[in-house]
Formats: sequence, C-alpha cells, structure tokens
Amino acid sequence: MSMNNFSNEVWVFVEQRNGKPAEVSFELLCKGRKLANRMNGKLKSVVIGNAVEQIAVETFSFGADESYLIEHPDLTHYRTLPYSRILIELVEKHQPRVVLFGATIIGRDLAPRVASHTRSGLTADCTDLQISDVNYLGKEHKNLLLQIRPAFGGNIIATIITPDAPVQMATVREGVMEMHASPSVNSIKITRIPYTPNETDNLVKLIEQHREESTVNLKTAPIIIAGGYGLGSKENFKLIYELARVIGGEVAGSRAAVDAGYVPPERQVGQTGVTVRPKLYFAIGISGAIQHLAGMQEAKKIVAINTDPDAPIFEVSHYRIVGDAMDVIPKFIEAYKSKLK
Amino acid sequence: MYNSIVLVKQVPDTANISGQVMKEDGTVNRAKLPAIFNPEDKVALELALRVKDKFGGTVTAITMGPPRASDVLRECLYMGADMAYLITDRKFAGADTLATSYVLSEAIKKINHKYHFVFAGRQAIDGDTAQVGPQTAEKLGIPQITYAEEIIEIKDNKVRIKRKIEGGYEILESTLPVLITVIKETAIPRPFSAKRTMTYKGAKSLPELEKVAESSSLFYIDQLVNEYKSRSLLIPTLTADDLEVDVQRCGIKGSPTKVYNVESVTLSSGITMDVENTKVGMGKLIDELIKDHILG
Repeated sequence: MSMNNFSNEVWVFVEQRNGKPAEVSFELLCKGRKLANRMNGKLKSVVIGNAVEQIAVETFSFGADESYLIEHPDLTHYRTLPYSRILIELVEKHQPRVVLFGATIIGRDLAPRVASHTRSGLTADCTDLQISDVNYLGKEHKNLLLQIRPAFGGNIIATIITPDAPVQMATVREGVMEMHASPSVNSIKITRIPYTPNETDNLVKLIEQHREESTVNLKTAPIIIAGGYGLGSKENFKLIYELARVIGGEVAGSRAAVDAGYVPPERQVGQTGVTVRPKLYFAIGISGAIQHLAGMQEAKKIVAINTDPDAPIFEVSHYRIVGDAMDVIPKFIEAYKSKLK
Repeated sequence: MYNSIVLVKQVPDTANISGQVMKEDGTVNRAKLPAIFNPEDKVALELALRVKDKFGGTVTAITMGPPRASDVLRECLYMGADMAYLITDRKFAGADTLATSYVLSEAIKKINHKYHFVFAGRQAIDGDTAQVGPQTAEKLGIPQITYAEEIIEIKDNKVRIKRKIEGGYEILESTLPVLITVIKETAIPRPFSAKRTMTYKGAKSLPELEKVAESSSLFYIDQLVNEYKSRSLLIPTLTADDLEVDVQRCGIKGSPTKVYNVESVTLSSGITMDVENTKVGMGKLIDELIKDHILG
C-alpha cells in the first residue's frame, strides 16, 4: 500500500441564487456524507454569497460537519472570477480529497476553472460516486473517488479515477443523488473566511439579471409522460401534452427531443437533464440510450411505446406497446376516459 | 479592429454511432466513426466572423487533434477564417480536458499575443463536459463568459454579453481579452463561401503533405511544403517541440483523469408485459395500473 498524506475531507460547493440554496447542493451533501464516512473523514460545505449564513446553517441538516462561510456584498451574485479565486485559495490551503459541484450553469462555469488552477481531475455529469481503494497499473491507491458516468454513445458506463491528483472533483446533475434531511444534526461549526476584493475580481461586472423560478418540477411529479425524437415533429409532440393533461402528469422529453426543439430544456430527463423517480413513467418514441435510462430507470412502473420492437427502452420497461404513438396515444386516452366514466 | 481566436474540435458524430468503436482501454476508436465539425464550435466561428465583419481584425481557428482534424480547419477557411492552425503531436494523444486546455493555451500564446477574444463552443458533443473553455481561460489568465447568447455591444476594451442562466438571462460586461463560450442558439453559422471553398479545398497541413510525399516517389516533402506555402495553401502545424510545452503536462501523461473501467450495461426491468395495441389492450393496462395504485 503506497502511503500518501492526502486528506480525507469531502467538500460540497453550495450554490445559491438570489439567496436561495440550490437543491442539488443538498443532494450532494447527502452523497458527500456517505463518501466522507467511507474515508472516516469530515464533510464540509462551502457557502459564498451575501447574508447567506442561514444557508450555511441549513447544510448541517444534510450532514455537514463544518461550513466555510464567505460573505461580502460583492459576492451577492455568482461571478466567475471572485468565486473561483475564493475556492482556489481554499482548496490549495486545505487540499480536500473530494470536491463536488452541481452540474448547473454555475457549477459548470466554476468547477473547471478551479480544477484547472489546482490541476485536479474533474469529471462532468457523474451518475454515481463511490469511494474505493483501487489497484491501478500495479499500484495501490487509497480512497479513490470512483466517478461513474455513461460515456460515449451511451452503450457503456465508464468509471473514471484520478489516481495521482490529491484533489478529486466531480459535477452531478440535479436529482441524481437522493436527498434526506438527517434526523440528528451535528453540532454547528461555521468558519468565516474573510474576503478582500482584488482588482481582477472585477474584470467582469454584472449589469442586470432576469430570473424566473421554474414552474416545472419533474423531480416531485408522480406521473411523467416523456416523448422522444421518434414523435417526429413538434406538432405530434402535442399529443404528449394531451395525454399528460388527461391523466394528470408532467411532460418531459429525451435529449434528442429537446435538441430537436419539441420540448424545452428544463423538461429534459437523463444524464444531462434531470433524474426522476416517479410512480409512472411513459417513454414514448424514446429509443432508450443509456443516458436517458440513467435518468428514469428507477421509476416504479415504466410504460414504453415504440414502433421498433427491439428498441432498448423495452429492456427496462414493465409494459411494452409496439406501435406508432400517433395511433396508440388516442386509443389509450379513449380507454382511460371510458374507464373513469 | 478586434482579433479573435476560435477553438474548434473535430468530433465523432455521436448521433450516428455504429459498430465497435470502443478500444479495450476504454478510449474511443475515433478512426471508426464519421467525424464532423463540433456544432457549437461552428457557432463560435460565426460569432468571431461577425465581429470581424463589423469591426475589422482577424479570425484565427485552432484545433488540437490528429492529422485528419485538418478537415475542420479547411471548413473554417471556407467559412471565412483568415488562418487555421493544426496542433498535433503523438504526445498530445489521450488528453483529458486539463491537458487539452494546457496545450491550447500555450498554442494561443505562441500564435497571437494580441487577441481580444477567444471564442469556443460551450461543449463538444463527444464528451459534453464544457470544461475546455473555462480551463483555457484560466490558463491564459483571462476572464470567461460561458453560455453566451448574444454580443450586445463591443466598445473600446469592453464587451457586453447576454448569457443564459437557469430560468432567464444576465448581462455581463467584461474587459478584453475574454474567452466566450457559445450555445447552439446563439447564431446560425453561415454557409461555406463558394469562392473560398474553391480556393482552400486544396489546403493541406504538414502531416497531410508528409503522407503525400510518402506515397509517391515524385515528391519531396520540403519541396511540397514550399510549394503549398507559396500558394498560401499550407495549414500551419505546431507540434510539442514547436510550442515548447512541458510534455509532462500533455496528452495522457498530463491528464489526471483516467478511465479505470468500462462496462457495457444491460439494464432490465425483470418482466416486461406485452400490451396489445388495441383499445381492449389499453383497457387491461389501465386496469392493472389502477389496481397497483399507480393511476386513477
């Protein structure tokens, strides 16, 4: 066993927008707690903003042992340069073993900048994370972060490791990790880190910002009707909305359907979208690439409709309907309406 | 006048994958796939060309990749790039985003110190990591604006950019130079200019000319290079030696992330029930879902 002096701390960057914490950060804290336990290490949250102490306090309900809190009026809104400088300085000083970020627009802007400066490994859009001792090329490595994600074309799941870097970083999409507030809250230990603005922090100024809270919440929807590229057109996709209206579900789409403009990006289910665990999931005109399956395979019941009898989606579905969605959906709606009469 | 550098990548067409494309070590056998110009990088080039159209200056495209990546450089020339550089070396092979951004940033420093903008696609379709843009900006020591939707204004040494955020947008003002990554909605890339395509379809990079020289006893490489140079058809090529890079930071050696394991997965629900595509079949399915408290 090679000896190293790597730490055993897990850090989670806790993202806030307009003073509200992002749910994905709490999901990552819950996962981070398990990873830290595996290493007998501490879980720490990093909270940056202005008047965000309450968020730091909240991270203790999701397993944090300590919170680094950096508050300053200049830090009210996320900006790349000051936020990355703060994290780089903290990471360089404390060398945590693992740092996790939500794969949000902020996380995807921030994490690579921090990883670049600290020369850490960074894996995007992981669908699972584990801690394990690993023998790689004949050498033993302790407490490696297994960064698991579908790769390339979607037929395979790759496990990425960063054996020689002291700090291992990963981003994870919303919904992938399950969130539970922990019953017992550790004692609250908040460490305030002072922030002194420097000139380069202000090379980019925020002029204005418009943000509307999304009304779509796929994660909590008990029934999801998802359509894919197989629907063929935006016009045909309306039938997905119609079915959702009739049976009371949320509309979702595969990445291909989003790319084709059939359905907006906030409704994308899959590795690079949201991960969902509804009671009932309709996969309509979705072939079933692993990236999509990664985001919905934990649904309790899956009904798949596809013209191709060999579509991979049928491998994970509980009910299989071979046929054209334009023909099947109206029949289903009609049958449903007559049942509920 | 504003000078722009555009980072482009040739990517396997992930929408059209067939056959055995994975090598045993878990990396991709790119030679077996159709290769295309990464779509968002093409949008980045379009934006750089618009800056040039409006303010003057130059547009320089750069790609790091194997010799066949010369294809996307020719396409950059067809669209309107003034220069296109191939960064290639066996020592660069197997690079993750950190090693890639190191080489790209060194190439940018070598090629043009006086750039105002570096444009890149937000992400490449073969990895979707969106890391190379920010990592290159960090290595150049310049600010970055990712997910740019629109250039609102360029004035003196400042640019205003509208960028996408969750549920809306924000407007940022950056001092130049800045690295900007764009999304596919930002702009529609212009078609190839017929005239430029005629001019540059014969443009070749050094490894391509070496291949010509190897396969024919009629040509000597030096002679070929001189001839292509004199006709402005030589795609400049830079290797690890040309860039004077630290080879420990390049390619697989300089990549902290390693593929440890690759497995093909077979997911299964256990039992799949066939539902007849009739109204009766649907009725049975609905009954069952209601019985299981899933519906109704």
